[in-house]
Amino acid sequence: MNTSLDPRINRLDLKKIEEGEIITNSHLITWEVFHQEKRGKQAVHCGIVHAPSPDLALLLAKEQFARRGKTANLWVVKTSDVFTFKLEDEDIFETVPEKTFRDPGFYKVRDRIEKYRLENHLS
Amino acid sequence: MYGNTNLTEEEAKRMNSVQEDPQKLAEFEDRIARGEKIEPGDWMPSEYRKQLIRMIEQHAHSEIVGALPEGTWITRAPNFKRKLALIAKVQDEVGHGQLLYSAAETLGKTREEMLNDLLSGKSKYSNIFNYPAETWADIAVIGFLVDGAAIVNQTINSKGSYGPYCRALERICYEESFHLKQGHDNVVYLATGSKVQRDMLQAAINRWYRPLLHFFGPTDKQSAHSEKLMKWKVKLASNDDMRNQFLDMYVPKILELGITFPDPNLRKNADGVWEFSDPDWEEFKRVISGDGPCNAERIAVRKYAEEAGRWVRQALLNPTEKYTVPLA
Repeated sequence: MNTSLDPRINRLDLKKIEEGEIITNSHLITWEVFHQEKRGKQAVHCGIVHAPSPDLALLLAKEQFARRGKTANLWVVKTSDVFTFKLEDEDIFETVPEKTFRDPGFYKVRDRIEKYRLENHLS
Repeated sequence: MYGNTNLTEEEAKRMNSVQEDPQKLAEFEDRIARGEKIEPGDWMPSEYRKQLIRMIEQHAHSEIVGALPEGTWITRAPNFKRKLALIAKVQDEVGHGQLLYSAAETLGKTREEMLNDLLSGKSKYSNIFNYPAETWADIAVIGFLVDGAAIVNQTINSKGSYGPYCRALERICYEESFHLKQGHDNVVYLATGSKVQRDMLQAAINRWYRPLLHFFGPTDKQSAHSEKLMKWKVKLASNDDMRNQFLDMYVPKILELGITFPDPNLRKNADGVWEFSDPDWEEFKRVISGDGPCNAERIAVRKYAEEAGRWVRQALLNPTEKYTVPLA
């Protein structure tokens, strides 16, 4: 008889346990989880789960990442199926903010219009 | 529920003796100084990796083991509303353990290795879960004050330098705000109830007072050597600072209910610093090294779960799959 305050624990045969080591060379693979809050929104990466199959990965993702708030859908993708750049190559994106000709604010025509109208007596 | 790092003198010495590539180290430290996060694929000093694994892993174990004293009371919750809240809270704690194991896993230690180290006693968990939840009032006090203390710690740690840990903590803090509120609700109901309920609450506060002071770890005088961890934003506030912040936030919330703490010396001095009697740091050391009221039971229950569930994990294995370290 165990002497725990938890009656459920007292019902277990704790003496039976031996080493209690879990199998180390048997990692379940991991799945990257994407959460879509509602229809019309992007699915956003929110974490991982360990699971042997997509079915179970989805089930665990539901328990882990859809316990609060709204959820329209969840996606799971095997970690090994995700391809990324190397983080140390971050500098390949560095010049993007300098390319202001891609921004709508780069194109300013009002001054030119006003000047033209003034010169050609268009008011 | 908990994550804290304290170095022994030996560890601090070793940490200062490791030779890292000076240029990479400088880039790494500059990045942290700029307030940028470190991500799994980044170069990092080996001691940074090691201390983070240790801290996040202990934090994960604390969530898993922390579910045990509370789980004790699920079957005996006083009513349906309290039972629903407690089940949800316990599920959250186990989920937090999973989130944290995943964060630690990105640093190269697998979840199975971490669980084995928990079972063998090689890796620790928060000392506070080696104490029993004797009555329902203990559940109220754990939900309010232990989670309150954990939120102080976790909110501070979520400003740290390691991206995956910060992301996990943000989600955890968001969910734990419910734990705190339901704990407060529970405490207030007992405090404003019958004499028996008030006495039960007072007895629980008396029991948890010292473990709560132990929660943030030894005093700063006893635990120096954390300069480098502070610089690397692994540790963000000293134990005493966190403890003081906790007392500042929660002592008034207990006192306003006419409930007291079992320490005549507990008071805030003119500098805004809380003073209290020595909470028996010898007991803290004794319990953390295995000799607490529930250490053996906690580990035995975890071992039982691992063994009883082994056949399920074995049946689920797919030998053609190859493990990859998760991305984020």
